[in-house]
Formats: sequence, C-alpha cells, structure tokens
Amino acid sequence: MNDELTTDPSKPSQRMRAGSLHLTLTPWVVAAFLLIVLPFVFTNNSAITIMNQMWITVIFALAYNMLLGQGGMLSFGHAVYAGVGGFACMHIMNMSDFFASFPLPVLPLFGGLFGMGLAMIVGSFSTRSAGTVFAMISLGVGELIAACSVIIVAFFGGEEGISGDRTYAMPFFGNEFLQPIDVYYLTSFWVLLSAALMYLWSRTPVGRMANAVRDNPERAEFLGYSSRWVRFYSFVASGFFAGVAGGLFGINYEILTEENLNTASSGVILLVTFLGGVGFFFGPIIGAIVFTLLQTVLSLQTELWAFYVGALFLATVMFFPGGLAGVLMMHVPAIKMGKAGGLVVPYIKTLLPALIGILGLSALVEMTFHYRHAATGDNEMTLFWTTFDSHAILPWVIAGVITAVGLGIARVTAPALKEAWSEANSAGGKL
Amino acid sequence: MDLILVNLIDGLVTGLLLFMLSAGLTLIFSMMGVLNFAHASFYMLGAYFAYQISIALGFWMGLLIAPLIVGVIGAGVERYGLRRVHQYGHVPELIFTFGLALLIEEMVQFIWGKNTMPYSVPEVLNFTAFSVGANSIPAYKIFMIFTSVAIFIGLLFVLNKTRVGMIIQAALSYPRTVEALGHNVPLIFMGVFGVGTALAGVAGVIAGPVLSTFPGMAFVLGSIVFVTIVIGGLGSLWGALVASLLIGWITTFAKSYNIQMSDILNGVGIATPENLSDSVLRDLWTVTSPQIADILPYILMVLILIFRPAGLFGKRES
Repeated sequence: MNDELTTDPSKPSQRMRAGSLHLTLTPWVVAAFLLIVLPFVFTNNSAITIMNQMWITVIFALAYNMLLGQGGMLSFGHAVYAGVGGFACMHIMNMSDFFASFPLPVLPLFGGLFGMGLAMIVGSFSTRSAGTVFAMISLGVGELIAACSVIIVAFFGGEEGISGDRTYAMPFFGNEFLQPIDVYYLTSFWVLLSAALMYLWSRTPVGRMANAVRDNPERAEFLGYSSRWVRFYSFVASGFFAGVAGGLFGINYEILTEENLNTASSGVILLVTFLGGVGFFFGPIIGAIVFTLLQTVLSLQTELWAFYVGALFLATVMFFPGGLAGVLMMHVPAIKMGKAGGLVVPYIKTLLPALIGILGLSALVEMTFHYRHAATGDNEMTLFWTTFDSHAILPWVIAGVITAVGLGIARVTAPALKEAWSEANSAGGKL
Repeated sequence: MDLILVNLIDGLVTGLLLFMLSAGLTLIFSMMGVLNFAHASFYMLGAYFAYQISIALGFWMGLLIAPLIVGVIGAGVERYGLRRVHQYGHVPELIFTFGLALLIEEMVQFIWGKNTMPYSVPEVLNFTAFSVGANSIPAYKIFMIFTSVAIFIGLLFVLNKTRVGMIIQAALSYPRTVEALGHNVPLIFMGVFGVGTALAGVAGVIAGPVLSTFPGMAFVLGSIVFVTIVIGGLGSLWGALVASLLIGWITTFAKSYNIQMSDILNGVGIATPENLSDSVLRDLWTVTSPQIADILPYILMVLILIFRPAGLFGKRES
C-alpha cells in the first residue's frame, strides 16, 4: 500500500501512474497471510467473533472512506446502505428455494447489489452538491429510512428485526458454515476482495476524478467532467461495498434490526473512519481495528467507554485531522532520512509521562462517576487492579498527584520533543 | 372546531420552540458556513443547567442564568475548538461539532445519569389559562409562546435596527471588508456563536419541563432542527420561522387526526386487496397518520430538496 505517487524528475514525460491498475503485491500478500494465520493464534470463539466484527467494520469503513476521504462527501446516514443490504440478504436467506440454489459466499454480493440500488435512488438527488448540503440530505434520508423500519414491517421486521439461518444455503464444497471459524474465512475472503477492489477503484480514472472533484469541483467542471456524476459514481460504488458489509453482518449474526441502520451506527462509522485517518487508503482499516478493540476491551472495563472514545475522537479532529494513519505517515520522511532513531528517546520522555497522566485523569473520572452514581453504601471500587474506598480522601490525592506529575513532566519535556521532531525532519545537518 | 384551535396552539408551541433552535443555528450557519451539529446539545445543556439552578434558586433564576452559562460555553467552543478546526475546512468543522454532540451527551450522562430529571413547570404558571371547549390550555404554553415571540422580535430588532446588528449583517456577507473597516470579525463570530447557543439554551430551559429533561432530548430534537433549516433554506431567518411553524403544525395535526392510509386509497378509488395480511404492500395499507407524524418532516425535506434544492426561502446554493 505504500505506492509512490512521486514522479521521477529525471523523466519529465513519465507516464502518469494514476490510471494504471498496477497493484503493489507485498502488502496484500502479507494481509492475506495474516488473515489466514490469525485464527491459529487466537483460537477461542470470542476472539474469532471479534475478528469477524473487525473485518466487517473494515469493509464498511473503507466503503465510507470512498465518500469521505476520496470523494469529500460527508455522510451522516451511511449505515442505511449497509442495513438495507443486510436486510435484503436476510430475506434471501428466508427464501428457502432460492437460497438453496447458490452457496453462501455469494450472498454478500446480493447485499451489495441492494445497497447499490438504494444508493442509486438516493444518489440521484443527493449528489448534486457536496459539503454541508450533502451531509444534511444524507442525515435526512438516513433518519427517514431508519424511521421507516418501524413502519414497513414487511421488509424491516419492526422492532424484533429479521432473522434467518445461514446453513440452508447450498453446501460450499461440503461446508455448511456451522462454525464461527468457517464464517471467519468467508468474511476474510470478502474483506480481502473488497479491499482490493476498492483500492483498484481508487486508481481508476473515476477514482482519480473523485479526488479532483473533492479538491476543486469548479476546476474539474472546466476540464469537462461533471462533478455531479463523478460524485454519483463514487456514491453508488460506496453503497455497493456498504451493502456487502451489511450482507456479511447478516451472515455472521443471522439477525438484523433497526439498530443496523439508525443514525447511531452511521455516526459510529464516521468515527471509525476519521479516527483511522481519511487521507490514506489504509486509514479506515487501522481505524476499524483500533475501534473494535477499544469497543470490546474498554467496554468490559468501564461503563464510560463511549465517553473516552468521544473524547479521543474530538482530540483527533482538533489536533490530528489526519487520524492515526496521518500520524504514522508523518514519520515517513524522518525514517527515509534515517533520522527516526533520534526521536525514540524524546518520545519516551514525553509520551510515557503523558500516558500515565491520562490514566490518572481517567482514574479521577472513574472515581467521580462511582462517587456520584454507585448505590449508597457501595463505597468499594476496583480500578487498575486495586480495590479501595471511593469516599476516602487518600485515593483521590494519589490519583490527583499522579495526574499532575505525569502531565507536568510531559509538559516540561514537550519542547525537547518538538526540537527533536524538527531536527529529524530537516534535511542535512548531520547529528 | 375546538380541536382545530387546540391543535393550532399546540403546533404553534412546537413550531416556536423549533424556531428558537433553528434561528440560532441559521444565524451561525450564514455567518460561518458551519452547521453546528451540537446545537441541540446546547439546548439540552440549557435544560439541565436550568434544572440544577432551579433546585437552588427557583425557575426564574434558571431562565436567566442557564442561557448565559450555555452562551459562555458556546463562545468558548468557538474560540478554542472551532477556530482551530476552521483551518482544515468545512467538513472537519462539521465532524468536530458532531463529535462535540457525542461528547456532550456522554458528559450529561456522566454528571446527571441516564434518568429523566424531575424538572417541572413552576408553581406560578401551573394553572389553566383558558379552555377551548373541553380542552384546557395550560398557562405554561402561553408563557412559552410569549417568550419565543419576544425573543424573535428582540432578535429582529437587534439585527435590523442597531449598530451591532448592522455590523453583524455586514460581516455575514463581506467579512473581509468589515475587518478592513476596523471591526474585530473573529470577536463577532464568537459573539454570534455564543448568542446562538444561548438561544438554544433558552429553548432548553423552557422546553425542559414539558418535553422532559433526559440525555436523549438533544438527539430527539437535533435532526428535526436540521430538517427545519434545510426546508426553510440554509441561512434564511424567515425561512427558519416558516419552516418551524410548518413542521410544528404538520406533526401536531398528523398526530391528532387519525387518518388511515386505506381510507385515502379507497377514496381515490383503489379497492383494498382481498387478503391484506399476505399482501406485500400490507404495511402501506395499514399506515396511519399518527404513525408517520414523526417522519413527515423528513419526507417534506426530501421533497423540498428534489423540487426546490435551495429551500423555501433560500437565496443561494452553497
């Protein structure tokens, strides 16, 4: 995925790489290898379920980034396309004759087609403009369809949703997908295929024009492209892959409800994609993995996980608009110049105390929450493997001191880090 | 006849409440080009602050102080958050306010918990103002109407008749020229953002007792407010007023008159299919107007966007 977009200055008439469908193989082979090997490392069922969830989120986030990152369209209702694709798959699952006529791995394709169909209808009027107006339309349509799910019971199944059984499909080389591990490989196959297709899409002229329209629609119009249609194509393609993600969700959980298409899930996918970074193709992949881990691990530890994720999201928007991928890619110049080594010590000096300070802060937050909301008489709380009385003064002092000292040290060492950073990123000047 | 009058009043209350939110939102939008996703969250903050203050100092102090606090918080958000994100463009700004809305909801749950707060109508206003037929109209509704109308007139006056209002209007269209004339435009932006959020705060204070104060209240109203200003035309104050009243009345009337879809279809001359429970379109036949009252604004918005993309009173396409 680290394709080089730079043109070689020594060859002025070098062919543009933009339209070529050349695929750097290494990252894809590594990804395929990891996908195959991971279940042998994490063998228990819950880990496999988490990974399934992760890969589905990866597809969905990549599809979302086709709009947000590559097309510059901010959608607040993208879960609708995934949801409708998923619901369509559930209905196909319940049509026993038709469902038995093809193997299960084909099913997400139908989800994709339904998601695409809906995207074509909505896109016909929503892609006229980008930016704020598009965002508002997407929100309105999203709300509309989510609200319809309670009214149109025949398709959305009302409050209990639609459930089905994936095992009624035609056996796929004798496999009926009874075990989560079978579904894992099905999902892995689709995640690899979809990611590759989406990557190739971003390399096609249409994908490139989406970038041009994002950056300067007026100029793209003057070049003879209709920015509206370019947006429409991106929107439809994105709807397709969102539908695939929805279909995979249906296969995994065998149930879809209103929750799959409401505004909250649309918000989550925006959060995931932005956290990962919209500027790079692999950003949403990182975002999906990190978010799913945060969601599963953090929500086991604390009731306040949504609060932390929200704070992290806001901090990302304010300080690192490139997301995690942007932060990672910031280091590429330093690494290329061979100066990244100079950053390690200042990083440890600043980030470690900062991390400790933030943990102290979160301890304070947790204690406040416990103090205010725990049942009366329940004064004991467990935090970071220690049990103490949240109404006593000592834990508060300790947490406060840790926070202050941690953040204080980070503040003192920050200028040194800044200096090291600019040193590592300036050419020449041997250390 | 009585029912129509009662519904007119109810719809007016809902519409004016919506207007208080959409007025601030539309002012902020036309000035900075930012749709403040967290606008309804400030409305929620207004309700919660007023509840907290009303415990100690009573409802009226809450009405006075809570919007001020909300306005100061709003100004702070503009100064230290939005202004920083502004350099990245409009889309990150929108995402920022979206994240803010999430965070405010979580914070409210963190501080006040998930339950509905016992924030109620003050004693002074807890009586029946007058009766229409058998329906009594509570005084609090009349109070809500008068407050919103007073705020609207005050806003119009400030915007059109005072020097500050003139500068604001000028800064809406030509911020650079206004800046060149020696006015502090970033300060004006901050002020407008603060006032807009304070308006949302007022709406929260007076809506809290009737619509109940709970962590989801921002979410319930939030998207309707966006729909309102899209229907009215982004950036148009009059459009916001008309759209708010329209939505207020449409939803109120749809809820109180039980119009069956099958009656309409029969009336047009389409017969009800024999075995309705097996038909694919059975949901269409059994739809009633109270059922779809809440999604009517969205349908209206989609229609408006298809046939008149700039909105009812919109002047420009952004």
